[in-house]
Amino acid sequence: MRVLPRIVTVLATGASVVALFAACSADAPTGVAAAAEAPKADLVARDIVTRRLTPEQYENIIADVFGPAITLGGRFEPELRMGGLLAVGSGTVSVTAAGMEQYDVMARKIATQVVDTRHRKILIPCQPKQDKAPDDACVAKFMERVGRLIYRRPLTGMETKAYVKAAHVATEKTQDFYSGLSLSLGALLASPKFIFRQEMVEPDPDHPGQFRLDAYAKASRLSFFLWNAGPDLQLLDAAEKGTLNTDQGLAHEVDRMLASRRLETGVRAFFTDNFGFDEFALLTKDAALFPKFSAQVAADAQEQTLKTIVDLLLTNRGDYRDIFTTKKTFMTQELGAIYRVPVINDGPNGAPDTWKPFEFSADDPRGGILTQVAFTSLHSPPGRGSPTLRGKALREVILCQKVPAPPAAVNFNIVQDTNNQVYKTARQRLNAHATESMCTGCHKIIDPMGLALENFDGAGAYRTTENGASLDTSGALDGKPFNGAAELGRVIHDHPATASCLVNRLSSYAVGQSLANSDPWLTESQKFFAANGYRLPDLMRAIATSDGFYRVKPPATQTAAAP
Amino acid sequence: MHNTISTKLMNRRNILRGMFGGAAVTVGLPFLDCFLNGNGTALAATGKSLPACFGTWYQGLGFNNGRWVPSKTGRDYENNIELKMFDKFKPRMNIISGTKYFMDGRPLETHTTGWQIASTGMIPLGANSGPSLDSQIADVIGARTRFRSIEVSLDGSRVSFSNRSGSARNPSEPSPAALYARIFGPEFKDPNAANFHPDAMVMARQSVLTAVADERKSMMAQLGAGDRARLDEYFTAVRQIEHQLDLEMQKPQPLPACTIPGKVPEIAVGRTVGEAEHANKLFGQLIAHALACGQTRVFNILTGANGLRKPGSTQTWHSWTHEEPIDEKLGYQPEVTWFINWTNNQFVAFLDALDSIKEGDKTVLDRTVVLWQTDHGYARTHTMDMLPILTVGGAGGRIKSGQHIALLGDPATRIGLTVQQAFEVPLTSWGALSNTTSKTVTELLA
Repeated sequence: MRVLPRIVTVLATGASVVALFAACSADAPTGVAAAAEAPKADLVARDIVTRRLTPEQYENIIADVFGPAITLGGRFEPELRMGGLLAVGSGTVSVTAAGMEQYDVMARKIATQVVDTRHRKILIPCQPKQDKAPDDACVAKFMERVGRLIYRRPLTGMETKAYVKAAHVATEKTQDFYSGLSLSLGALLASPKFIFRQEMVEPDPDHPGQFRLDAYAKASRLSFFLWNAGPDLQLLDAAEKGTLNTDQGLAHEVDRMLASRRLETGVRAFFTDNFGFDEFALLTKDAALFPKFSAQVAADAQEQTLKTIVDLLLTNRGDYRDIFTTKKTFMTQELGAIYRVPVINDGPNGAPDTWKPFEFSADDPRGGILTQVAFTSLHSPPGRGSPTLRGKALREVILCQKVPAPPAAVNFNIVQDTNNQVYKTARQRLNAHATESMCTGCHKIIDPMGLALENFDGAGAYRTTENGASLDTSGALDGKPFNGAAELGRVIHDHPATASCLVNRLSSYAVGQSLANSDPWLTESQKFFAANGYRLPDLMRAIATSDGFYRVKPPATQTAAAP
Repeated sequence: MHNTISTKLMNRRNILRGMFGGAAVTVGLPFLDCFLNGNGTALAATGKSLPACFGTWYQGLGFNNGRWVPSKTGRDYENNIELKMFDKFKPRMNIISGTKYFMDGRPLETHTTGWQIASTGMIPLGANSGPSLDSQIADVIGARTRFRSIEVSLDGSRVSFSNRSGSARNPSEPSPAALYARIFGPEFKDPNAANFHPDAMVMARQSVLTAVADERKSMMAQLGAGDRARLDEYFTAVRQIEHQLDLEMQKPQPLPACTIPGKVPEIAVGRTVGEAEHANKLFGQLIAHALACGQTRVFNILTGANGLRKPGSTQTWHSWTHEEPIDEKLGYQPEVTWFINWTNNQFVAFLDALDSIKEGDKTVLDRTVVLWQTDHGYARTHTMDMLPILTVGGAGGRIKSGQHIALLGDPATRIGLTVQQAFEVPLTSWGALSNTTSKTVTELLA
């Protein structure tokens, strides 16, 4: 049976979406403490950042507006990671000639599908008077509906007129209404106003002399932050009516969005970005050394970590820090081969991998996302494990601490020569390497944590020896001793930087710029997070309802758009 | 291939009028000098040479000390052991030794900083960096072609060192099959085809772009300066689309050396040497044909040396550079040297592909210059001096060759400046801080 997406239904029938979203919230996996107070920070006005849509955001918008059956048929430009996040890099990247070719190809391919005979009756709200002649009224009706979702605000009169004219001239050239409409829609989908998230500002009537995002920009910030997608009709309506500019109206929308299943999409997008899972696209493991590490394992490994997080933080409203210690996770048969645990696939022959809940026993050395295949394999070269890469990732990704680049003119001869008969384990090789005085400083802060994960080989499989020698996985992190990965997880759980790092990254992700730890908005959010049991949905609510999230400086040349 | 066209076909306005049954068709008057002279080196109508082309080959991890610098300078030099495979290109090649990348007290981002200086003449601050030298050259010579430049990587990644600015980095194409589709797919117009039919759909697309031009530009007025610069990149990219549509509406000038390569199959891309070698072979053919068919005049190739490895090895070329002991008898790292030889041979294979397409008594390589640069002089210790730099090809007489030029202690940017000036990029100096130079390498300029 064909399932129409939420907004497609609206495009087709004009019906309200309220019922559909209410259905989502009735069995929603989350429930947010509505009483939790948003932080009251000193307002810091931030620069406006015009972000380029991420590939996932582009895909989500197209699926929302036209349905998931529409294929993109193109490829996005690479993203840029800044301050640990692609979301921050999205505020500095532009579009290259090669990238524009792809946007153009995708836009035309999407538009062709929208007007084809299978979709036009559902997606186009009117029929032309003649198939071979322009029909400006019908085009205007369609463009105004679609444009509001694509531009995330109503089209201005000038904009509608431009796309009506485009369809008109193209219909004249091609002698076909739908070809003309398709080319005009293609141009809308390749417009910078779609590809970039432009944010408009306006004077803040409640704070004379200050500025705030206008209601549509506010709606976009909210929806991209919470759902990683454009605003739905209900949110756009709230912007249009002005209710989004009231505390009560904002809280109402935020709570509705937090109760939706789409929150999971948003949470997954954040952790995928924060953990650098885009790097999996280039991750390879040597097939001779790690025969069990297939492309499917790599995909399942990411999904396992995301499932663990979603289950703990959304479904069970758990403490964020527990992701480093939890024994609960999910397995597929492919992953079971790496973890050496039995997973029975009870689906029909040839069915995709099914996910099974799995819990490591209390005394199992494994538990927490740092011991999962996604973390240990991603931060390893193709042919072996790497305490240094893992330790560096732990410092940078989990604790938000910057590790300097290695110095020039270093002799690495003995480091990680895995066939070295004198230095059988990575610890021995690194100890020998650390006698180089210029290396000692950094390796002291990186290696101990990485060495605690030496029980996991380059593909993430558990081991107790390397080259026949027993592994010593003891160490200390900032004065707190541990022995092995499980204890390391506990130390990370209790480390003060763990929770504050999450707040920093999530807030930076939300506003699209790197935030300094001294930012009072961050400090307030960190206090709030700690005082409220480190619950992620509550933190997201606090961010989404805080003034600091919307307080902006006006760009010098920006003038308010007049829809 | 079709290279005998009646002169009355020269007037393309007439052709288009004919195609559209005499209806008025508004297209730009096309390039009329569309015949080669007798030996195929020049366009008969104007006597102009075939257009010069520029390419970069970025190969990381340098060479071995003592194994690549020739013992003599000038023309009377012999290739040292590590560059012996280039002997056959010696008259068309230059070896430049002794240059440096200057750090100006900035921290060394190993395997990054060198590339930044090689391609843009500076160490960027954040996302702000100058345009790379290839994009400056493309602005001069690439404006009339279908693609301003083509970027490929041999290791499956989408990284390239070609950028118009820090915010507009041209992605590498890792898949030869995708590059084939991009260049020689349905939108390719065979310059030697007997018939030419402008497509009504293309005309419609042009009209649509015109109709929405002001609507798109209106966004500019609502942005701050930084975002306006980024949007400017967007509009530059849109202009390429418009230009491609213009080209699709014109009968291209015949190019006798242009043949369409066979369709390229999907292959596995990745970081093993076998995969990279396969990709290089296919990319070499595609880029050579793209140049011969006038589709682009600028290309950038990234070998992706840092992650390359042999199948079944726990080590990559990069990790070998730091971890392999120097063989006492040989005096160098044997595995690292294997990779240097292997990659140099890939470069030779690429040059062979350009050289295999004859244009009269010359080849595509003769009207191209490929600039070879690296990130570290000696990778084992991440040195930023004694950098090897190579050029191959004469850029249609713009670059003199057959020399070993020693520029001890000079900024490597001197070569970048020289090559840009050879292509008439309006620059009197290039680079930032200590990497700035206004001194061209006069031995290179014809």
